[in-house]
Amino acid sequence: MTTQLEEQTTNVVGARMKRVEDPRMITGAAKYIDDLKLTGMAHVAVLRSPYAHARIRGIDTSRAEAHPDVIDVFTGKDFEHLNPLPCAWQAGGVENFVATPRTLEIDRVTFTGAGVAAVVAETRAAAEDALSLIDVDWEPLDVIIDPERAVEEGAPQLHEAAARNIVMDWHCGDAGATEQALAEADAVVEERLVNQRLQPTPVDVRGAVGQYDPGTGEYTVWMTSQCPHIMRLLMTAFVLGIPETKLRCISPQVGGAFGTKIFLYPEYVLVAALAEKTGRPVKWIETRSENYVATTHGRDHVTHLKVGASRDGTITALDAKTYANLGGILSTIAPGIPTTLYGRMLSGAYRIPNIHCQVLGVYTNTGMVDAYRGAGRPEATYVVERAVDLVARELDLDPVEVRRRNFIPPDAFPYDPVGILAGLKYDTGDYEKALKRALDMVGYDDFRNEQESARAEGRYPGIGLSTYVEICGAAPSAWIGAVGQGWGASMWESANVRVHLTGKVVVTTGTLSHGQGHETTVTQIVASELGVPMEDVTVELGDTLGTPFGYGTYASRSAAVGAVAVYNALQRIRQKARRVAAHMLEVDPDDVEFEDGRAYVKGSPATAKTIQEIAGAAALAYDLPPGEEPFLDDTFYYDPPSCTFPFGTHIAVVEVDAETGEVTLQRYVAVDDVGRVINPLIVDGQVQGGIVQGVAQALWEGAVYDENGQLLTSSMMEYPVPKADFVPVIELDRTVTPTDVNPLGVKGAGETGTIASTPAVVNAVMDALAPLGIKNVDMPLTPERVWRAMEAARS
Amino acid sequence: MIPIALTVNGVGHEAEVEPRTLLVDFLRDDLGLTGTKIGCDTSVCGACTIHVDGQAVKSCTLLAVQADGTEVTTIEGLAPEGELHPLQTAFWERHALQCGFCTPGMIMTAVELLGTNGVALTDPEIRRGLEGNICRCTGYQHIVEAVHEAAVR
Repeated sequence: MTTQLEEQTTNVVGARMKRVEDPRMITGAAKYIDDLKLTGMAHVAVLRSPYAHARIRGIDTSRAEAHPDVIDVFTGKDFEHLNPLPCAWQAGGVENFVATPRTLEIDRVTFTGAGVAAVVAETRAAAEDALSLIDVDWEPLDVIIDPERAVEEGAPQLHEAAARNIVMDWHCGDAGATEQALAEADAVVEERLVNQRLQPTPVDVRGAVGQYDPGTGEYTVWMTSQCPHIMRLLMTAFVLGIPETKLRCISPQVGGAFGTKIFLYPEYVLVAALAEKTGRPVKWIETRSENYVATTHGRDHVTHLKVGASRDGTITALDAKTYANLGGILSTIAPGIPTTLYGRMLSGAYRIPNIHCQVLGVYTNTGMVDAYRGAGRPEATYVVERAVDLVARELDLDPVEVRRRNFIPPDAFPYDPVGILAGLKYDTGDYEKALKRALDMVGYDDFRNEQESARAEGRYPGIGLSTYVEICGAAPSAWIGAVGQGWGASMWESANVRVHLTGKVVVTTGTLSHGQGHETTVTQIVASELGVPMEDVTVELGDTLGTPFGYGTYASRSAAVGAVAVYNALQRIRQKARRVAAHMLEVDPDDVEFEDGRAYVKGSPATAKTIQEIAGAAALAYDLPPGEEPFLDDTFYYDPPSCTFPFGTHIAVVEVDAETGEVTLQRYVAVDDVGRVINPLIVDGQVQGGIVQGVAQALWEGAVYDENGQLLTSSMMEYPVPKADFVPVIELDRTVTPTDVNPLGVKGAGETGTIASTPAVVNAVMDALAPLGIKNVDMPLTPERVWRAMEAARS
Repeated sequence: MIPIALTVNGVGHEAEVEPRTLLVDFLRDDLGLTGTKIGCDTSVCGACTIHVDGQAVKSCTLLAVQADGTEVTTIEGLAPEGELHPLQTAFWERHALQCGFCTPGMIMTAVELLGTNGVALTDPEIRRGLEGNICRCTGYQHIVEAVHEAAVR
């Protein structure tokens, strides 16, 4: 299915290799959080608020405590001494009015599902039984769930400090110039675009196991985290107020996460605190309904868009005012997502001379919203790609033509999108190449001809494009520090490589695979650079004990940052191996070649010392070059000099049923350019899975709250995650435009599918409905919504 | 407590269970067979799929007492020790899993789906046959390919 352009290679990097981590998963031997069992382990259940906004007048736990299998019951007052969780990434350059969760809420809740009490019992069933024996004296308060209404005078106030429920009022771009360009444009299109709230729905829910050793005062918390080092830092330095050496965080096998497992949640602190209080190891595992109310949601933007263009389709200005619903309380990096990762990406793949974006982060009585696969870039891409199609419609131009007219040309890289990236530049790109490939694959011109005759028959076929660009490989520390992006952290990555006496290689790195196949990808790089067999490499992830700090896996950074750290450490290992080998061969290091795991005197391959022999010599250290330390061991902290910008073209072909409004996705073509590819099989999987998630937003998924703040889509019975028969075969190809930012040339491939696909599908449906004059229908494009739009247009 | 006796992966077990104990909890908590997963609590996701008397069932939908007298197979017992079932091999080779959490249930459903005449299954038939199992990572394409491949073997 893929890739005539992909570099042919005999090297293991670039090879379509099956994954080394799979045997334990296909046999049921992999240990996920709920599979852990510690001696003497008790079980925790959390009582959650049934109200979206309420005061807690009092909590009576006595009936629950009397349950024979209950060990103890706790409320927020038991943890008053612990700080609220930190908001680690706030919107840069503006004031953020921050309210974050406590371990258990003490006197007030602002969303349905907030934890207010916890039961520790001998069994999970007993813990859950006892929840119903806790009596809470609630005082329900007025509820607001609509972000546009929440900022109006007189709306119920959620947090005293945040006037009009505004978390932050953030801008990027040039408001004056954009306003003027809009005034001078030949045509101005205005639209209100809704990027609905999604429930990420990893099949593996969240959980945590806590243990406390009173002898050393040390906690251990196993947790479903994409970034255990960050969890240790946030929990110790910000919440518990203990040295970080007193906490060990371990991510066991972690299932799909899609961003939801980046954040610090109250329950991770809770299990640590409960383990200490009860003297027992304790386990807490979410139910699916808890996952839906208490784990973060994604997206939830309302955007008022204005685009200006000249008659030939040249876009001259883009203005977006966005209400970002951040929920009842802030998750760990909630304000950073709709600002840095959204507003700064609103130029898309286009040379737009005037851009302005205002983002109002808003509190409402709904669940927390934070990064969800793509994190800001899907929202930006939706706005930009819908904008292009709206301009095409307005000017009666082909959407392909408008894209071509506005593309950033290949010779314009590195490209600065009129300063909105605060100094960063798009690295490399050839947008036309990916577009052309995708158009050829789908047969665009033929489709347009067939569409014409189908329309004459009263049918509604449509085609939609998304020529996206996104940002990965976050991020240069100097950029984060200098321009006030608001991170409370840097985002370099670490890797430690050790070649043991036996020649076996162990790599630890701060990224955390939760489906992306890091063990395989990293092993490929090690095997390629050191010439060792794949089976001699072990990749260790997810344990803070004795490993260098690392920032974890999200934002498609594990290849573009994490794997580069590994690669760079391997280069230093190679250099040392050459020095040791030169000493063994009694020649100058400059006279030694190192390739395919063998070091030899230039021109004399027969002299070779293998990497295993060199590692043995380095480890034994009986006879090393003067001043050389024993052992092949290197730790590299890689701070990327810039970010990477994958791009591509996705095309959806749909048909809308004239009678029912049902949308059928008939074909889906994706041509992505993620730079160099380490393992095409894994990248295909990432792209396919991402596409289905993005298509699901366009057509099926959406969180539904009623006016009281009750989540109506609170189980898998109501929330329509796609099944195998929802989607057609996805037709994939790639172009390869390596980045010049890192030595591997890789850009990042984890989120392109989700970022690109949603607007492609919506554009296709709007194209199908064009004969009815329909320009916009809000997602998800369910039969009912589409049918209503068609009925309104017909009457 | 109710006494039950059943065979799991060829091994006989006798136990006393609460009447409300779900079969999946019995397998995971009492027998330590944690390869069978729990993903939704509402019989939608299929992560808990096992075989009872040769039929694929969602083990969160059965009580342990209902399994009294049955023969149960879980992912751990699908192939003899040290070997892989053709579907396990196909899932591995086709990259039909990412996080792997839905994989045991998906494989158990696919094993039943293929039955004795899997070669004849069309792509839409396979997709319909898997609709009781949710995978959030793969987008299903590689899973469908793996089922095809295993059928051909």
